[in-house]
Amino acid sequence: MDHRLTILPVAISWTLALGQTLLYALLAPLLAGWVRKLKALLQNRRGAPIWQPYRDLYKLFGKEARMAHTASPLFRAAPYIVFVATWLAACAVPLIAVDLPTAAVADVIVIAGLLALGRFFLALAAMDVGTAFGGMGASREMFVSALAEPAMLLAVFTLAMTAHSTNLATVIDHQLVSMDLLRPSFMFALAGLVLVAIAETGRIPVDNPATHLELTMIHEAMILEYSGRHLALIEWAGQLKLMLYGTLLANVFFPWGIARTIDLSGLAFALGAIVLKLAALGVALAAGETVLAKMRVFRIPAFLNLALLFGLLGLLSHVILEVGT
Amino acid sequence: MVPQLTTHWPMTLAELAVGLALTSAGVSLFAGRAPHVLRHLAMPLFGLAGLAALAAGLGALLHPVPLTATLPLGLPWLPWQLRLDALAGFFLCTVGSVSVAIGLYGPAYLRGFEQGRDSLAPLGAFTGLFLTGMLLVVLADGAFLFMVAWELMSLSSYFLVAFHHEQAANRRAAFLYLLMAHVGGLAILLGFGILAAFGHGFSFAAMRAAHLPVGWASVAFALAFIGFGMKAGLVPLHAWLPEAHPAAPSHISALMSGVMLKVAVYGFIRFVFELIGQLHWQWGVAVLAIGSLSALMGVLYAMMQTDLKRLLAYSSVENLGIVFIALGLALIYFGTDHVLLGTLAFVAALYHALNHALFKGLLFLGAGAIAHSAHEPDLEQMGGLLRRMPWTGLFFLLGCIAIAALPPFNGFVSEWLTFQAALQAWQLHSGVLRSVVPVAAAVLALTGALVAATFVKVYGVAFLGQARSRHVRRARSVPRGMRAGQGLLAALCLVLGVFPTWSIGIIDAVPRQLLGAGLPQAAAHGWLWLTPISPQTASYGAPLVTVALAVALALGFWLFGRGIRRARRCDAWDCGFAPPTPSMQYTATAFAQPIRRVFAMLFRIEESVTLQDDGKLRHVVQVTDRTWNLFYLPIARVIEVAARHITRLQSGHVRTYLGWSLATLLVLLWIIA
Repeated sequence: MDHRLTILPVAISWTLALGQTLLYALLAPLLAGWVRKLKALLQNRRGAPIWQPYRDLYKLFGKEARMAHTASPLFRAAPYIVFVATWLAACAVPLIAVDLPTAAVADVIVIAGLLALGRFFLALAAMDVGTAFGGMGASREMFVSALAEPAMLLAVFTLAMTAHSTNLATVIDHQLVSMDLLRPSFMFALAGLVLVAIAETGRIPVDNPATHLELTMIHEAMILEYSGRHLALIEWAGQLKLMLYGTLLANVFFPWGIARTIDLSGLAFALGAIVLKLAALGVALAAGETVLAKMRVFRIPAFLNLALLFGLLGLLSHVILEVGT
Repeated sequence: MVPQLTTHWPMTLAELAVGLALTSAGVSLFAGRAPHVLRHLAMPLFGLAGLAALAAGLGALLHPVPLTATLPLGLPWLPWQLRLDALAGFFLCTVGSVSVAIGLYGPAYLRGFEQGRDSLAPLGAFTGLFLTGMLLVVLADGAFLFMVAWELMSLSSYFLVAFHHEQAANRRAAFLYLLMAHVGGLAILLGFGILAAFGHGFSFAAMRAAHLPVGWASVAFALAFIGFGMKAGLVPLHAWLPEAHPAAPSHISALMSGVMLKVAVYGFIRFVFELIGQLHWQWGVAVLAIGSLSALMGVLYAMMQTDLKRLLAYSSVENLGIVFIALGLALIYFGTDHVLLGTLAFVAALYHALNHALFKGLLFLGAGAIAHSAHEPDLEQMGGLLRRMPWTGLFFLLGCIAIAALPPFNGFVSEWLTFQAALQAWQLHSGVLRSVVPVAAAVLALTGALVAATFVKVYGVAFLGQARSRHVRRARSVPRGMRAGQGLLAALCLVLGVFPTWSIGIIDAVPRQLLGAGLPQAAAHGWLWLTPISPQTASYGAPLVTVALAVALALGFWLFGRGIRRARRCDAWDCGFAPPTPSMQYTATAFAQPIRRVFAMLFRIEESVTLQDDGKLRHVVQVTDRTWNLFYLPIARVIEVAARHITRLQSGHVRTYLGWSLATLLVLLWIIA
């Protein structure tokens, strides 16, 4: 967008945006491995090394993909669409620098839309083979997301109304300038977004990423029929989604460290900061997953209604208490 | 005279469209003798009428100078005047684009009816009259012609709903439709009555010039909201819609759901935003509340349906709810003098109305293709249709993505605009309004997510998996014309999603002419960036998102998909259980179960397990609309009781009747004097 392009030469900013995009794809498996390792340690296991997810992806990409006789072309295309949509959504969340053109391409509503696009195709692919597990997974995933998505939008709307923008870069910039982070509306939005992030990335207590018990699965039930490179893409997309929500929480609510101007030292500092922030979030996630038990499916609405309520309270406390003051 | 001719062409085209639609109705009368007239003459004429309307509408939008004409009909002191301004032009485009698709689709689709017992003459004739009515409503420049055209539209569509009249359910649906259409029509008539009383004339020009006191303006608004809202299927006045729309043949359902509901939106906009001549935020709150209720209830009921066309009809209730949410926001912002924000919400409403016409038309045509090829209305009997009808499957998928408001399709753009309008609520001064608007945004977000779930259900159950019945297994691809009709609408959905700056640049003429304000910033930063208010506030680079999606997908296929032919086929894994059979698949009812359970208090659910004669257990779940018991049956009971009292006047003697008539006449004369 031109107001940004006057600040930065076009080529540099787009190169940096592309670099950030690649960084997402490269770092996402590491975050997943870190959480897994921490969980293992907390549960008195030794656990796999933290780069195990890279090895898994490499192995899966090399393996032959198999498809059921009943699978349609949609089944084959879905992993690509899921991965690309999730990845694109991730690129629009500022990771190390605020002033990047990718953040102007997609605002936070577009990010939610892209995530929904990926979910839409994943749920369709789950129903494609015609197994009962696939249908069950799709039904539950859409049910969870039907409640989680509005909660996420509400939490984000609170921020957007504060910063007068749905553009994440502007929101983070506004946070950095005003440094007014202890507002009641923000606390509600943060609480809501944490609950949504847990539900959307399929973590305990909503879903269990490690389960293969048929009746407790949501996400795993959907991807049961996938193998080889298809499975690799879907796994990778899942890791990207985890990192996206982690970055969203880390950079919007704790924006310290992110580079506002583009120079090498600033970027290096920003990279260090986001790695530390994500590592800390990983510790919190692993600890939470160790302490909590998975809920029954029909307890999930109560959990997500709480998130929805937090979002609504955040929005209302903003428009009633904070506007005009 | 030459310059006048060159600038007057949109009106000439609009008149041509009306003429072609009437001709299409006329030639259909011969279809009783020669059924193929419909296929070879009436439907192509219908499509041409749509094309002419589309061109006329585009012309009016691109050269926004209001054009007028007078029809050689009407009463001597009340001529039928036509007026084509940007608003009428926009809705002509909406009517036209769907009609063109139906003109392509109809010939092949109607072939399936030629073997039937029903005479095709009424079908074709009333289809033509239906289009004529809709075009004239949009073009009318006076309450008289407006009401005549409105009734023409309502009555001809009544006969189309009753086309399959051998089934009692359809006759009942048609009667209910007729009843509701007339109650609504009466409200609109009374609304016009108020305006005409203050404007001293039935022409819209007189009404525009009139100045109403706030009280009467509010009464007129309420009447218009009831009348047009009933036609638009807003909750709680929607109960006729899911009965009537599915009963008609599918191309008519597409016209009714896709286009006729938009004509109601047109009427509402014309009446409230132009003719009343004042906008109050209190009205906006009412519209916002009813719109939110319609959106949420519409999608929840859609989720519960297993009949494909009924589901689509309920989804129309939901989409019209979204349109009215945006219109409510526009009223609130205009009522509080936030002109730019009001314009944004107004454009969002128009954009969503057009989008809904396109994707709902597409989905109904898809449902028609399934009915044509598989002879099955029930989702629970479908399955695996994507492999049997790949083109319909592809187009239907695009329609599902569009209606689920997923980028980069058109549904997403209009919902995005609505969200942007709602998120500017911080600019309002009243604390109450500031908290009402975000709640509506929350409802819209919940609705959007539920729509995605609903259309995963529809597509997953109908097109994916395995066929659940024998006749669905025998389904074959539909003829080329039917595919072309669906393809056209699917392409329009994509174009309107990828190039929103262009389409909004064109639509912008409507608020500029009607309300005197546009969205100057929307495309000010190049055609790549949609920035409704300012680039700092929000931007959406739809073409960039599309290109990035396409490039990344192509790259992905190239990198990893090289082994496409190598993907080996095997039995489904399914956790190592026996290979699944079609009856083991998740059904539509099962898919909706979690949501049915969470929102149970909003439905009337009857669940029963019975032991059948053959020893099998039968589990029946029936979800019915609560508004029937809460709203309709009490009214019906009151009317019945009142009617029983009134029958006492019924003596059977002509003398008494004459006496009553005389008394009435005297009372009326006394009132007038």
